[in-house]
Amino acid sequence: MNEILAWLGRPEHSKPLALVLFFVIFVGILVYVFTGKSRARRLESYKYIPFADDEQDEKETDNDR
Amino acid sequence: MAHASRIAAEQYNYDIVKKFAIMALVWGVFGMSVGTWIASELAFPILNFDIPQITFGRFRPVHTTSVIFGFGGNALFATSYYVVQRTCQARLYGDLLPKFTFWGWQLALLIGVVGYMNGITQAREYAEFEWPVDLLIAVVWVAYAFIFVQTLRRRSQPHIYVANWFYMAFILATALLHIFNNLAVPVNLFSMKSYSLFSGVQDAMTQWWYGHNAVGFFLTAAFLGMMYYFVPKQAGRPIYSYRLSIVHFWALSFMYMWVGAHHLHWTALPDWTSSLAATFSIMLLMPSWGGMINGIMTLSGAWDKLRSDPIMLFLIASLSFYGMSTFEGPLMSLKSVNALSHYTDWTVGHVHSGALGWVAMVSFGSLYHMIPRLYDTRLWSQRLVYVHFWLATIGIVLYITSMWVSGIGQGLMLRAFDDFGNLAYTFIETVTFMHWPLAARALGGVFFVSGILVMVFNIAMTIRTAHQEQAAIDAKIAAKLARANA
Repeated sequence: MNEILAWLGRPEHSKPLALVLFFVIFVGILVYVFTGKSRARRLESYKYIPFADDEQDEKETDNDR
Repeated sequence: MAHASRIAAEQYNYDIVKKFAIMALVWGVFGMSVGTWIASELAFPILNFDIPQITFGRFRPVHTTSVIFGFGGNALFATSYYVVQRTCQARLYGDLLPKFTFWGWQLALLIGVVGYMNGITQAREYAEFEWPVDLLIAVVWVAYAFIFVQTLRRRSQPHIYVANWFYMAFILATALLHIFNNLAVPVNLFSMKSYSLFSGVQDAMTQWWYGHNAVGFFLTAAFLGMMYYFVPKQAGRPIYSYRLSIVHFWALSFMYMWVGAHHLHWTALPDWTSSLAATFSIMLLMPSWGGMINGIMTLSGAWDKLRSDPIMLFLIASLSFYGMSTFEGPLMSLKSVNALSHYTDWTVGHVHSGALGWVAMVSFGSLYHMIPRLYDTRLWSQRLVYVHFWLATIGIVLYITSMWVSGIGQGLMLRAFDDFGNLAYTFIETVTFMHWPLAARALGGVFFVSGILVMVFNIAMTIRTAHQEQAAIDAKIAAKLARANA
């Protein structure tokens, strides 16, 4: 365990490792976001959230009449 | 609609949003006026009047602090508190704590600005506050983060809308940057003076790690949060691609932290560090333009709104300036270009194409959208919004073009050699050359300040009208009640 920590503690090891990790995570995000039809539909449905409060306001106004 | 807005006003905490929005305009007028004054001082030094408090060196941090943290910061507090409530359909957490963030923020700014005029500064760019103010800001910021997270936890939506991601990234990154950049040792507990924990090139690196990420997370990510809410709302149509906004967010978050060292090309900083920063700066062009395209394409199929809606003009023009300055930035981060541009007015022009064109224009558009809704009324004058838009746009164009002339000319003159290898120009010759561009820049500032003054008048009349409308409604209700009781 100590050997692993010592290896990670050296900048010439930790920096490329961090770069690979970040790159893989970023590619993972890209794959996640742009694959799967149902996921695409779900993610795109979130863009209507800013308008949800308008609907709520209208409902409350209707109830009030 | 008016009734619906009144219900919203009761459901949400609009009082704190109003306070921050109004103070954004107050600091905006002050900071931009000071900016125009110091721009005029550079063209006409007589304006220093031999008064130490208003000389360029002391007034410049007053300008940057007032516009970045006063105008920009208050606009961000206002819009983030508004957006998080509207997109979560939940009331802002706490009542006293948001008030504390308001008064704490204004107090920190006031102490800072008065201090700078009297020579109290730690001389770190965009972080000139001395240590007691830094501590106050840290406490305010932790309270801000707590309020924001607690409000998100109250949300009635299962998903957190992307604008809140950008605001959250801004809050977290600013906390990190503020704390590490301001690590300092006070001379003693009763002295405002302190010394940085870092020295030499490490100090420079820490400063520009902070400085560029202040641009990245305070002046970009946070205002993108604004953009992702107010552009769709004003356009009345959803953002062009939600998936693109997710990629935009993560790409910016991964890349921005690496680019600060491009401010230190050709210095004692190791060459690989500044090369790495330049590489990441070039890569940053992709997410920046992806976000710009996402915002602008929201209007796809409804471009006619630009003919009839001056607020939309502000928002789309701001995205265009965002695209322009995020192209210019990577270009200037190249070492060969930087050798010409650094230490010249080109850098100043670049900063202002982002600060005026992107930050201020998107804030104006968002405030024009938000303030009438806060007061449950309509804008007093649409025509004055057009007047403001054109004054601001002419001001920015004058500013940027004069700084290109001044900066590129200055850079070329400083690098010119004669046949014998001597410098072709003396320093004073570059100063003489820059006189007229500097005067034109000050004129650009006058246009821009005139614009915000028109806005303040329009907003003041809007609020006054809202109060009059409310008084009329209250009088009608009172009359009806009196008749019913009679």
